[in-house]
Formats: sequence, C-alpha cells, structure tokens
Amino acid sequence: MARSETRMMDGNEAAATIAHQLNDVIAIYPITPASVMGELADSWSDRGRRNLWGTVPQVIELQSEAGAAGAVHGALQAGAKTCTFTASQGLLLKIPNMFKIAGELTPTVFHVAARSVATHALSIFCDHSDVMAARTTGFALLASGNAQETMDMACIAEMATLEGRVPVLHFFDGFRTSHEITPVQVISSDQLHSLINPRLVQACRERALSPEHPFIRGTSQNPDLFFQSREAANPFYDAFPAIVQNAMDRFAAVTGRQYRLYDYHGAKDAERVIVVMGSAAACVQETVDHLNARGEKVGLLTLRLFRPFAAERLLAALPASVRAIAVLDRTKEPGADGEPLFKDVATAVFEACSEGGWPGEGLPRVLGGRFGLSSKEFTPGMVKAVFERLAQSGGKRQFTVGIDDDVTRLSLRWDSGFRNDAAERQVQAVFYGLGADGTVSANKNSIKIIGGVAGHYAQGHFVYDSKKSGAVTVSHLRFGPEPILSTYEIQDGEADFIGCHQPQFLQRYPMLDKAAEGARVLINTDLSGEAFWRSLPAPVQRTMIDKQLRVSLIDAYQVAAEAGLGKRINTIMQTCFFALTDILPQDEAIAQIKAAVESSYGRRSRRIADMNLAAIDTALTHLVEFRVPEQSDSLIPMHQVEVEEASRFVREVTTELIAGRGDAVPVSRMPVDGTWPSGTASYEKRDLARELPQWEEDLCTHCGKCVFVCPHSVIRSKAFPEEHMKQAPEGFKAVPIKGARDFPEHTLISYQISPDDCTGCTLCVEICPIHDKSNQSRKALNMVPKEAILERERANWRFFSQLSEFDRTALKANTMKGSMLMQPLFEFSGACSGCGETPYIRLLSQLFGDRMLVANATGCSSIYGGNLPTTPWTHNAEGRGPAWNNSLFEDNAEFGLGMRAALDKQSEFARELLQALSDRLDAHLVDELLNAKQGDEAGIEAQRERVARLRERLQGLDDPRAETLGALADKLCRQSVWIVGGDGWAYDIGYGGLDHVLASGRNVNILVLDTEVYSNTGGQTSKATPRGAVAKFSAGGKPVAKKDLARIAMDYEHVYVAHVAYAAKDVQTLHAFQEAESWDGPSLIIAYSPCIAHGFDMADNHEHQRLAVESGHWPLLRHDPRRAEQGENPLKLDSKSPSIPYEAFARTEARFSMLARSNPEAARAFLEQAQQEVSQRYHRYEQLAGLSWEVVAEPKEENEHE
Amino acid sequence: MSKRLHTHYLGLDLDNPLVPSASPLTATLAGACRLEDAGAGAIVMHSLFEEECSRDHALLHHFLYEQEIGHGEADDYLPVPDSFRTAEEHYLERLAEMKARLQIPVIASFNGVSSRGWAEYARQLAGAGADALELNIYHIAASAQECGAAVEQRYLDVLSEVRQAVPELPLALKLSSRFSSPVHLVAQLQAQGADAVVLFNRFLEPTLDLDTLKIIPQLKLSTADELNERLRWTAIMRAQVGLDIAVTGGVHSAEDVIRTQLVGAQVAQLASVLMQQGESVLGQMKAEMLNWLDDKEYESLDQLRGSVCHANAADPSGWERANYLDTLDLWHP
Repeated sequence: MARSETRMMDGNEAAATIAHQLNDVIAIYPITPASVMGELADSWSDRGRRNLWGTVPQVIELQSEAGAAGAVHGALQAGAKTCTFTASQGLLLKIPNMFKIAGELTPTVFHVAARSVATHALSIFCDHSDVMAARTTGFALLASGNAQETMDMACIAEMATLEGRVPVLHFFDGFRTSHEITPVQVISSDQLHSLINPRLVQACRERALSPEHPFIRGTSQNPDLFFQSREAANPFYDAFPAIVQNAMDRFAAVTGRQYRLYDYHGAKDAERVIVVMGSAAACVQETVDHLNARGEKVGLLTLRLFRPFAAERLLAALPASVRAIAVLDRTKEPGADGEPLFKDVATAVFEACSEGGWPGEGLPRVLGGRFGLSSKEFTPGMVKAVFERLAQSGGKRQFTVGIDDDVTRLSLRWDSGFRNDAAERQVQAVFYGLGADGTVSANKNSIKIIGGVAGHYAQGHFVYDSKKSGAVTVSHLRFGPEPILSTYEIQDGEADFIGCHQPQFLQRYPMLDKAAEGARVLINTDLSGEAFWRSLPAPVQRTMIDKQLRVSLIDAYQVAAEAGLGKRINTIMQTCFFALTDILPQDEAIAQIKAAVESSYGRRSRRIADMNLAAIDTALTHLVEFRVPEQSDSLIPMHQVEVEEASRFVREVTTELIAGRGDAVPVSRMPVDGTWPSGTASYEKRDLARELPQWEEDLCTHCGKCVFVCPHSVIRSKAFPEEHMKQAPEGFKAVPIKGARDFPEHTLISYQISPDDCTGCTLCVEICPIHDKSNQSRKALNMVPKEAILERERANWRFFSQLSEFDRTALKANTMKGSMLMQPLFEFSGACSGCGETPYIRLLSQLFGDRMLVANATGCSSIYGGNLPTTPWTHNAEGRGPAWNNSLFEDNAEFGLGMRAALDKQSEFARELLQALSDRLDAHLVDELLNAKQGDEAGIEAQRERVARLRERLQGLDDPRAETLGALADKLCRQSVWIVGGDGWAYDIGYGGLDHVLASGRNVNILVLDTEVYSNTGGQTSKATPRGAVAKFSAGGKPVAKKDLARIAMDYEHVYVAHVAYAAKDVQTLHAFQEAESWDGPSLIIAYSPCIAHGFDMADNHEHQRLAVESGHWPLLRHDPRRAEQGENPLKLDSKSPSIPYEAFARTEARFSMLARSNPEAARAFLEQAQQEVSQRYHRYEQLAGLSWEVVAEPKEENEHE
Repeated sequence: MSKRLHTHYLGLDLDNPLVPSASPLTATLAGACRLEDAGAGAIVMHSLFEEECSRDHALLHHFLYEQEIGHGEADDYLPVPDSFRTAEEHYLERLAEMKARLQIPVIASFNGVSSRGWAEYARQLAGAGADALELNIYHIAASAQECGAAVEQRYLDVLSEVRQAVPELPLALKLSSRFSSPVHLVAQLQAQGADAVVLFNRFLEPTLDLDTLKIIPQLKLSTADELNERLRWTAIMRAQVGLDIAVTGGVHSAEDVIRTQLVGAQVAQLASVLMQQGESVLGQMKAEMLNWLDDKEYESLDQLRGSVCHANAADPSGWERANYLDTLDLWHP
C-alpha cells in the first residue's frame, strides 16, 4: 500500500486538491461556501502547480455560474478533463448545462459545498436543497461527510465517471465540512496514478469534437426519436452503482480506506436505523455507539451514492432485524409527501416487501424527518430523539428535529442536555474573538499544530458573524486521541477551556454557559484583582463560582503593543491557551507556535516574525491566575437590548435573535413569507467605537459634509424651533442655523451622533473642512475618548431622536445642507467600518427613501442591508420608507424592471379608474390628481394629501371599482425604483439584464456600487477590476483594462449616466442622484466605492477617492439626455484632466503596490499601460463632451419624377 | 588608468573622487551602468528608506496576513503572492546585480532613524557584496525631553550595533550639520569604528500650502551655495580626525570638487548636478580637474588633498569666526 502524508485541511481544500490534480481545465465563479475551491485552484495554477499528467491546469473565471457551466460543457466537448466548483444558486444556474453534459454521457465531476437555495430568504449555510434540485439532471450524486471523505470521494468520483461516463455531482456540507479543519491523509500522486486509468482519460479525448473525425452532437430531435434516445442511456445508469463500488474497492486497496455506497454502522441486530447523508452521519454514528453501549439496538446507514439510486444495494446493507427506519433529509420540498431521500428509501422498502425481496418479517416502518436546514445544529440529543420516535408507534410519518414547530407540531422534542461518550475522550475549547483580532487564524494554527503531532486528532469549526464591522467569531476546537466525529458545536457545559479575547464579550454573550465544571477560562483584560472582579456582570460571577472555574487573565493588548504588534493579540492568546491546557507539553507547544510564526512570516518579514516571537516569549510572564472569590457581589446585569417602544414582534423575535437565542424561537413567531419589519438595526447598539466624534458648534458652518460621508448614518443634523431646547438635556448642543433666510425665525441646528452605533471610522472628522483659526488641529468635529462623553451623548441622542424632522418640502434638496437635513432611512448597518458603499445608499434613502422601491442584487449591499437579525432600512415618522427586496444575484436589473412595470401598470389602472369614477367624485380633485406636478417634495406631498382626500371620498361610494381604486390610489403618487448592486452584478453576472433594462427606456434608476471586485465573497476579479490590480483570480495582476460601463451605457442616448465619487466631489454626487431620479427614463449611476479589498486603511477612504479622480482612474461625468433634447451636448465632464500620475494613485493601494513587490516588471508594464489608458480615456471623454450637438439634416426622399 | 585623480575612500581605491550619491540615478542597474560608463569613481546606491521597509511590513501585516474580518463569506481579500519581495529584498537584489555588472565599487545606503533592525540588515548587505555601507541617520530632534547628548548617542548606538554586526565592512555615516559640536561627535564616531563621515545630509524642508494650510513635503536640488558650509567643516575636521570624509551637497563643478579635495575630503558626492546636466558632466569634470592640475602644476589630487585644511591653511582662522567682521564690512547697502 502506498504511503501518504497527513495534513490538516478543510473540505474545500480536500476537494480542490484532487480536482486540480485530475483536470486540465477548471471553470470557476465565486459563491460562498465554495469560493475557496476556485481560489485555491487558481492560486495553485498561478504558482505553476502541475496536475497528474504534468501540465498546469488552466483556471478560467466566468461571468456567472451559468457561464462556468457553459465553459465546462465546451471544454469537455473539446476533450479536456474539466471540472467546476459551486453551491446553491450557482448550482441552479448550472442545471441546464448539467442536463446537456449528462445527456451526452460526458465524464466530469462538479464539486459542491452544499448550501441552502434562497427561498423566503437567502442563506449561505448548509443544507441539501441545492443538490436535490439537481437530482433530475442525470448527474450521479455522491456525498461526503468530512474532509477526508471529501478528498477520497473526489477521487472515487473521478474514477467512476471516467469508467461509467455518468457525470458526478460530488457534494459535502457547506461550512461544516467545507470549512472545518481536520486531519486528512492526502492521496499522493503515486496513488492517483495507480487509481486513474489513462486509457479512460484518452477515451474522453477520443470522444471529443474534432475536425479530424467530424460528427455532430447536440442535435434537435423530434417525437420520433427523443424518447428512445433518452432510454438508450439506461445501461450506463444501471451499471453505475457497481462501477462506483468497484472504484471504492480499488481505492481501498490502494489507500486502505474502504467505503461502500451504503455503509451500515451499529448493532447487527438493530431494530431502529437512521438513514442519512453528509456530515450528520458522524453525529449519528457516535450516538449510536453510545446508545448501543447501554443496551440499545440501533444503527446508522450512511448513504453515499444517492443517484443513481441502488435500492437493492441499500436494502442489502440494512440488518434484517430492522423494524423502523428514520430517513433524515437535509432539505425541504414543500408540498411533497416527503423529502427525496425518504421517498426513495420508502419506495425501495415497499417494493422489496411487495416483491418478496425484504429479508425481515413484515414491512418495517419508514419515517421521514427534516433536519439541519441552513446549518441548524444537529446534536446527539436530536439523534436520540429520532431513535425514541422510532420506538413509538403511531404519530405522524413526517417529523422535523432541531426546531420548535408549534404550528404544525411536526418537531420532535429533544433533550438538549443529553451528551454522548465522545466528549469524555476529547478536550474541547471555545474561543470568542473579534473578527479582526486574529482569533480564527490563531485557532486554525493551533489546530494544525496539534493535529500535526502523531497520536493527536483535532477539529476546528468556526462560527462567523452576520456583520462585517465589529464581527464576533466563535471558534470550536476539539482535540483527542481518536478521530473526532462530533459534527456539531461544543454544547453547554462541555468546554474544558473558554478563551475570551475581548472582555466586553463577557457582558454580551453567555459564554460561560459552555464551560464544564472546573474549566479553564482565559480572559484578555487590562484589569486585574478586585477591579476585574468588580467589572463582571452578576451572572458571570455566579457561574465562575458555581462551576469552580479556573480563571486566568492577561493584558494581551499591552503585550502586543510592547512587541510592536498593535492590536494583534492572536499569538499571545494562543501561547496562553497552550500554557493553560496540557494538550501538548508546554515547551513543545511553544516551539511549534514559533515554528508556525517562522513559516508564516519569517521568509517574508523578519520584523513581523521577530515581533511575534517576542510576544510569545513575554506572553506567559503576563499571564496571571485570578482567584475567584467565594461570593458574588456584582449588581451589573448582562447586556439587554432596549426595546421599550418597539413592536411586539421586535420584542419577541428580534431581541431574541440579537441576544443569540434565535435557535429557540418557535415556528409560530416566524413570518410565513419572509416579510420582516424595517427599522430594526437601531435596536442593536453594538458599542464598537473606542473614540467618538465631538461637535464644536462654535466652528461649524453647517455644510453637511460629515453627514454626507458617514457610512453608518451615525452623525445627523436636524433643524428645529428654538423652543424645543427647553426640554434638552444638559450638554445638548444647538446653535442658530446659518443661512437663516431659508428657515423660519428662531430655527436652531444640531449635529448629533448616536454613540452606541458609531464604529469610530473617523471619516466625518477627516472630511470636516473647518479648522480653528488659532489651532489648525482643532476642527468642527474631533475624535475624543468615548468614556468622556458616552453617557452625555446617549442622553443627547435620545433627545435628538424625538425631535421632529424639519419639513422636507421646505428644504433645498439640491444643497448639501438642505439634503443633509433630510432623515436617513438607512442607518447603522453592519457594513465594514469606513465602507465606501453605504454613504451612497444613505444618500438615496435621504433623498427618495419615502417613495422608493429597492431591488438589491445579492452582494455586500444585500448582506449589510438584509442580513438578519436586523435591517438598516427604516421608515420615517409617517411610516414611509424604502421598500426593499433581494431577488437574486443575476437578475437584479430585471427584478427592478418588473417593479417598475407593476408600478406603472397600477398607476395607469388607478388613473383609468379615477377617470371612470370622475363623475361621482370632485371634478377638481380628479383633475388635480391626474395632472399633478410631482417634480419636487412639495408636489409629492400635495399629491399624497389629494390621495388621502380621494380615499375618504371613495369610502362613500357603493361601487366595486371604488374599493379597487382605494387600494391602488397610492400609485397616483410618484414612486421610484432604485436598482442597487455591486460591480460583480452589473459588470458580470447581471450585465445582460442590465443592458436590457437600459435599452427598455423605462424609468428605473440603477446604482452600481463599484468596488472593482466581488467584495462580499472575498475580492475576486470582476470586469470592473482595473488593469494591474491584484485580486483573487488575478494573482498576477488583472491583464486587461476595466470595462467602461459608463461609455457603453451612453451609447443608448436615452440613458442618464453618471460617474461619481462622493468624497471627491460631493455636490456632483448629490446632483447626479437628483438628476437620475428626475429623468423619466433609465438612469445609471456608477459610484466609486473604496473597499477593504483595495488594501488600504479605510480611514483614508476619502483621500483615495480624490487620488482616483485626480489620476484619471475615476473621471467624474454626467450624461444627461435632457441636454441633448435642448440641442446641447449631453455629456459634461465634472473632473479636470488627470493632474497626478496614475502611479501616485496606484502606489497607495496594496492591490496595485503588492505587484510591484512580487513582479516589478509586470507592475511597471501595467502602470504604463494604465497611465496611457486613463489619459486617453479622459481625452476621448473630453472630445465627446466637446462635440457640438446641432440637429443633423435628414436625407430627403428623392423625387422619382425628377 | 591615470593615477592623477586617484583617491582612497573607505578602504577602496577609486579612479577619481566623483561619487554619485544616493539618489534616483543610482536606483537602477541601468542608471548605475551609465554612471560608471560616464566615469564615476564609485557609486552610493539609492537609499533604502526605513519608512519604505516599515510600509512594506505594514502592508504585509495589515493587508496580506491579517485580512480576516470575521465574516463567513470571506477569510481574506487579497491573495498573498509566493514571490512577494520586500523593499529590503529588492534592494539586496539590485545590489547583487550592480556588483555583478559594475567594475567600480558600490556603496549601499540605508536611511533610517530607529535602532531596530540595522544589524541584521547590514549583514545582509555585506552578504550581497556591498563594498561599503553608508548609514544615513536622519533624525529630527523634535522632543523637549531629548538633549543634545542623547541625540548624539543615537548615532553612536546605531554605529555600534552595525559595527558589531559587520566588523569588516567599511562604514560611513552621513550626518547633518546641526550638531553643537560636530567635530567632537565625529571623533567619537571614529572611536566607535566609523571609517568615514559624509558631510552633510540635506534635510527635507516641508513648507505650508497657504490655500489648504497643509504641510507639504519638498526636497529641492542643492545649489552651489551650500558647498561652503561643507568646506568649512571638512577643513576643520580634517585636521583633527583621521577617518575619511566625503562632501555632499553643493558640489556642482570641477572647481567645487577640487575645493573638497583641498580641504581634505576623499571624495565629492554628486546628485543635483547629475540630474540637471546628465551623467556626461562627470567626464567634463574629470577633464577640467586635470586641466586645473596642469595649470596649477599639481601632480595629483593625492598631492593636494588636505593642503588647505584648518591645520594646513595659511590662515586657519579663515575657517573660524575670525573673518566674520571682515565679511560684514564688505557689505554695503
């Protein structure tokens, strides 16, 4: 048997390792949680890693998963070994090609990190709804349950597809398997050579299209032969299960790891058996062992090959003694009489019994259960509940487990306190870290260290936040002398070690609930002794005492600062973890951590390596044991979400989700159709900033720039009558508004921050143009330590919030000050601190939020806009606000066009009804309603008042049309559609739709938040990525120029187009938004949006926008068809010709500058090309903008008689 | 090779004292080759700036190694290339290339101020073949807490650290003129093992933009007027310290170079004049220097070097305060 090495890796790496070895072409497109496979394959090829046959696979990124599938199909047809990776919606987009590929019996393997398909909501987490949606394509479906199986099945799938010609969809559970790190015995090249038959690879090439032996494939067939052709492939499917099993057997002979299509584990005389696919099988297995050790007779049938379904083989794997079978499906097929796996097993059992092929006595009971949708936890207690259900007679055949279904009563009750034996053989550790403090990377490193020591097994599972700023990560680490099967999070009372990397988490998260009796707790805090004890909430103190926890403290930030590491505390906490546990001898562990530091940093940066090594050396000298007092004396409560004035729904549901208790919310409290209230982000109060901006009213000129740039809508301005100051709390600041002629007498203005929602990004201070004449460093806004002003500003914010908004009909919306006095209806999002996108969305919400529908493409903006528990989209005091929905990634423009069509149709119908009923209504009112000018705020408000009057009148009419008109009357008011999304959508996957919508001429507004990469999935290259920028899938720098979307759109002369960068020229941005909204046709705003993926500190966001404009990278322009209608050139350039070299912009961002370090020649060449391009582009725009726009004479018809 | 312009600097025999100083001209192999072809005696490579190194490390640290934000859809954003080379690595590569191609000596240069990391880097430069190292210690004493002696101690500490790391590598220190007692400092540097001093560094002189009130960094090319200060201190030091002296700043003509030699400098470093007039000025200068030697009937620069230093000058007080009043009297409004 050939030898192989063991490495710690996750499922994505395991699958990609084999895929890269066994393919010539790999077509990719990013989608969570499968993106990593494509990224790895791309980086390996970029580094020249060769496949099994000695050539570097060609990795190509497409514009969508549909495109990737098309490319796969083409590459396969042209004879290359080809594969792809995907998940969820991506798999759905591939389905049409999968039918074709399977119909043509083309060997390939698609690796899928299984993820929920979006239904009432998008979810990035795991279930099998995507895979099940593909089960009719003709692909074989092969499941893996952990990273080792993923690597092995990836190989077995390749072996089988080559031999049997049936393409394989190989799937494993998203996050639980795709991201969980465990030891994997890597299949060596020698082993692969002995497993992959080169003759079969050659056969693929021989079946390919070639002009040397031409034929046609992909014909159009008619009723005479299509049916027979479909049946002609039957023998391949009939033979395929045996081929897969044969591949598994050959694989076992080479690697020693034996798999079966249907693997039985448990009592030989089991009476109750669970049938399940994927990672859940491991949890069932360890629980089966636990129960059988206590006298029960239960078993597990792990299903690996779901399609083609081999019923006889499956039944043969079951013990004859079985009396009851629970088939667990990780998917939901609404309206079906059971989920797919259950139906197949039930049919198999029934047919076997009816045909006399069942070995046991009588027909066993077969129940179907749903579990684990969207990564819902599946624990030993739930497994036990399923076995108990099997022991009960009667009841419903279908059940769910893992939730409390108090509506249809399908859910099983389970004992959440049940633990199986597995935990006794493991050390379990849970770490609570800040997303950016390196906790996850340190824990991945620890896992690799421990798993790399002979005789140690390890597992690392990581739970991430729904937020991008101030995100909290929870790492679940298990170690033990045996392979770890536990495919669920560490449960309450189990953890032997708790690491709290941020002391404030102790008040927010009940993390000590996880601690076992006598567990070790490591807390990063700058407090010690009594001061530390006094800082703890009462429940934390009591838990420490009751569980006799052994608490250690370290001021990791101090150690990090002394070592020059800033706020990076990861290696320090990691060192303390090893010191406080005896998983490895301390010296050995520290030597391993140092080796990891050398490996990570040593070659690249001696200085970083030295700083980390110094931190490791000093960490233990700062680690102190804290003696837990015997009595709790704290009066501090755990953090509570303040919802006194909130709706019942918010109080009962939203607050539970915010508090992390969402798993316990019962079905009855769920909206049935995915409809959620807006305005909930304001309840979160995430308390992220360490410094807050403070307003200096004596300096402020009320320009509104700070409000304009705030990414989280934290700083607001409000104008209000002076008399309201009587109720103001002490310290609340307001001054007479400048430009008083535009406001009533005695109007004050105040600039106020919401201190608990600020992220401390400093951008408001940066943009503030006003300096103290006597002290240049003092501005009208300055950052000050939070503690000094927190309580005062909280009181001020409460007072400010209840002040009425200024009458927006009286504001000058085309001025910065006027527009910034409008209420933001997008606030406190979870976007990154300093996000370059959100100021545009906030502006949109201020200007048009009370009358707009938003179609939001999947991406960053849909995540910070709609990732529960809360949403930043909100409403005003009248209850009006943006109405928001996210359809898909690829269809957003069309989604918005549909909204427009609906609004227009309803408006038209309302007008028809109004005219039809006009003789029974006030003629003057009808006339006003039909001919209202709604070009400004006052016009819209006047129409709303007319509609209210109309509705009153309609109530008195006994006419069915009156009721319909009443329902549609609000469509007589102007309502706009804003189509919002990123460049991945607009330039790539949704471009076809975008183009169509622009061409339609309909009145929609499109806002492209251009970060120049796929930001949400981790910075992959899009067609918006500039030349020379390094991004994922362009590790060597993007070789081609960015697509000029503005110029393409301008070709449709009826499209309003703007290129904006809000911090480079704020008024231009403001006017572009207003002009787009007012243009009765399609509008496209392409908004420059700096992003963390650009590689600079987001506190410098504004400066980078300025550099982008000054260098010509981002010319500012507006193309307004109304100007053409007046005989003027429609294009207006709003930025000057490039005034600084392109390099002066590019060198400030790591996405460009890193290439200068890795490949200076290429970087230099890219820079020169880019310089030429931006100069030429500006020149071309200048020429276009300079064209005279006279009316062109049309040719006259020739007179035939002359 | 004519020996008439010969000089000996940092233990190196140079054909002539014209040494292009650390500047963009010496940043590339092509530039260095052009300077050699034009007749340079040696070159001082473009400085590796400590800030450049720090920026690289910060870039690696912040944007490559520590990109995680804790969001489930992305662990990182920028791919970390295998072949990423830091500013130090790039510099070492360029140095190795120049050493492989050039016949004239190549003096590496490092511009920084902190005491961290000099030793290791000096070892690497020596390993890459540098003939000598010029340490450009650029320190603005901006703290009320830091006394003059402490400032001098910085220089001595850096020198000591590097000297221990590379006991055999010739070391030059590029100094500013803003010391209370420059000669005393240089004597201490010599005692600590310095082989040469370079007089003087030219500071970045930021200015204020009156529109934005922002501080604007600027570095202007030197003018010939700046030479005199260097000549004075070279003359004074030459008489009292034994280490080599290079004059830099304000050397714009063959006459200027000869002045540096007369007061006792081993070499004259050039940058602004090369940027303004091109590399070919080196050949012209050499020719003019030979003409001057002929006219004045000197055999060589070795013969005249230091002949008008403070100790050898006919009127040593001319290099001190003594001519102050006379000079003032010459000025008439």
